[in-house]
Amino acid sequence: MSKLVYLVPLFPLAGFLINGLLRKKLSKSVISIIGCGTVLVSFVISLLIFPDVRKEGFETVVVNLFDFINAGSLKIPFAFQVDQLSVLFLLIITGVGFLIHVYSTSYMHDEENEHFARYFSYLNLFVFSMLILVLGANYVIMFIGWEGVGLCSYLLIGFWFKNIDYGNAAKKAFIMNRIGDLGFLIAVFWMISKFGSVSFAEVFAKAPSVSVGILTGITLLLFVGATGKSAQIPLYTWLPDAMAGPTPVSALIHAATMVTAGIYMIARSNIMYTLSPVTQTVVAITGLATALFAATIALKQNDIKKVLAYSTVSQLGYMFLGLGVGAYTGAVFHVMTHAFFKALLFLGAGSVIHAMHEQDIRKMGGLKKFMPITHITFLLACFAIAGIPPFSGFFSKDEILAAAYEKNPLYFIVGVITALMTAFYMFRLYATTFLGKFRRTEEQEHHVHESPSAITIPLIILAILAVVGGFVGIPEVFAKDSHWLQHFLSPIFAGSEKIHETQVADKSTELTLMGISVVVALIGVVYAWSKFSKNPELGEPQGFGKILANKWYVDELYDAIIIRPLNAFAKFLSDVVEKSVIDWIVNGVGKTVQYSSRQIRLLQSGQVGGYVLLMVIGIVILFLVEIFIKK
Amino acid sequence: MPINYYIFLSVTLFCIGVTGVLTRRNAIIIFMCIELMLNAVNLLLIAFSKMHHLALAAVDANAGINAQIFVFFIMVVAAAEVSVGLAIIVMMYRNTHSVDVNFLNRLKH
Repeated sequence: MSKLVYLVPLFPLAGFLINGLLRKKLSKSVISIIGCGTVLVSFVISLLIFPDVRKEGFETVVVNLFDFINAGSLKIPFAFQVDQLSVLFLLIITGVGFLIHVYSTSYMHDEENEHFARYFSYLNLFVFSMLILVLGANYVIMFIGWEGVGLCSYLLIGFWFKNIDYGNAAKKAFIMNRIGDLGFLIAVFWMISKFGSVSFAEVFAKAPSVSVGILTGITLLLFVGATGKSAQIPLYTWLPDAMAGPTPVSALIHAATMVTAGIYMIARSNIMYTLSPVTQTVVAITGLATALFAATIALKQNDIKKVLAYSTVSQLGYMFLGLGVGAYTGAVFHVMTHAFFKALLFLGAGSVIHAMHEQDIRKMGGLKKFMPITHITFLLACFAIAGIPPFSGFFSKDEILAAAYEKNPLYFIVGVITALMTAFYMFRLYATTFLGKFRRTEEQEHHVHESPSAITIPLIILAILAVVGGFVGIPEVFAKDSHWLQHFLSPIFAGSEKIHETQVADKSTELTLMGISVVVALIGVVYAWSKFSKNPELGEPQGFGKILANKWYVDELYDAIIIRPLNAFAKFLSDVVEKSVIDWIVNGVGKTVQYSSRQIRLLQSGQVGGYVLLMVIGIVILFLVEIFIKK
Repeated sequence: MPINYYIFLSVTLFCIGVTGVLTRRNAIIIFMCIELMLNAVNLLLIAFSKMHHLALAAVDANAGINAQIFVFFIMVVAAAEVSVGLAIIVMMYRNTHSVDVNFLNRLKH
């Protein structure tokens, strides 16, 4: 079955082509069936591949489709790699992706036919690119998917392109991603020159033999790519703006899948990262800083999607912390649980927006009684992200925090503070939106109703996953060999495990750490619940809160230190350099040619005698050269 | 007779030919000068062939005959060329009523 893996991305590609090319002819129901069906088929194929991979002693399968680049000694095949990590991602992408497709059929139903088809074709193209990204057996194929998801993200953020702000948000996302991609690309070139290959197998086999300095350089450049794609400091600012896209897009691309590409890439290259401790420290600190920084911003946001966006940035920071401290399984685990609960949160938010036609949580309140299913599923997701046991987020977050403590207790402390803030802002969001009393007119109250089943069923399925998803990785302290995911992924991370043995903390320490994080999360939950359920903060924030509400003025800072100087420089170039230097050179070349040709034209007199004279002179010169010089 | 004499004679003839071509404007005279140059070369060819194969001449009467045949070829070709050239000059005279080459300067256009 593993040999048929190329079918997995093939179906979404077909869906993209059909919906994209026939967008003016198909009806909405056909478009929905094609859009969802292709992803469902991919999901089923991934499920069929899964048992193969689970077998004991499964060897990585590389499926070579054709030669992609064949130049001299450099051969880059278009190859797919099937192993535990890629199949796990296949399942997440196609599974969560399918639910979001189903959800979209209802959410986007008010769009015109043509735009509806365009939406689904983009969504399918995105799934295709993401599958290429995780299936690629070398960095170049991965890069194709890497760029593909960036493109789809751009297209979908700017889906309502008539709004100029949305278009600008799309451009911002694309440009930020490009900055990161440059790092990725340079790393790939460096790998080609150092290893002579970009295939995972060869690069990882040769990695221990090159110097640590080079590895550090390559891994840092790859990490630059990851900061762009996975929204880490300093390139994270595009993700909150990306909320301009339709909400299901935010759920799929900017929460569940695309932004985890960076984590996937680092987990994939874990050997190289383990071999360069400097990079690991950089990754851990960047992740931790992002987690804390984004969490502080999320405390004061009032747009329901912005809160979720910053919480995504913050959770991605956690994942990078996990990668940085060598808890690769924990990071991948968190990717999985985060995909469940964050997709659920976004879809729940989408359900609210769909009902209210409003994104400002100050204008909501008391939605509990109008939207029972959305309310319950949203609440479960909030528990999951806050890290309350036994919801899925608890297990994955705890694993990362435990590993962080092993590395450096300071990491753990900052991580726990972030967890406190996470619990607080999530329940602030929950309480302001669903509890208290309805803060709009009575007339609007009649219009608010629960969303149709195409929206609620994906919510319910995701809620179940968000609740039980953590049980694939129960910590070893509770029962021996209970961490199924660790066992499953162990072949991928075996190389790194060998290099530095992770010391397992003794049981009492681990239980204490777990207790601390749970208590802290509970404090956040209870405090936010009691504070905001009765009297939510409706006014404009003051003092320090204002700085947070304005996102630490980072966008303004970037504007001042990068954009404005660049614009000024560009203006200088266009006004001064272009006019006086470049124009002068171009005109000068033209004039010189004209003048010299006018002079040379005089030679062509038309007098035969003149031509003959020149010929004779030429012959004489040739003779002289022959006789005197050529000796 | 040493070969130098022949060389001097043919160089002189050749230079007279070149000078004539360069300085005269009458097409017929230019033509004659071209013939002069051809014949200077012919003379040189004959002289060289005779001198070069002098030692062999006693044994083989035909020694060095190649160059002489070559000269005949040149003469034949020159005669053919003269007929074409004179035809051009006749046409030129018919069109312009002159045989002055400087009158024909339309090549520059």
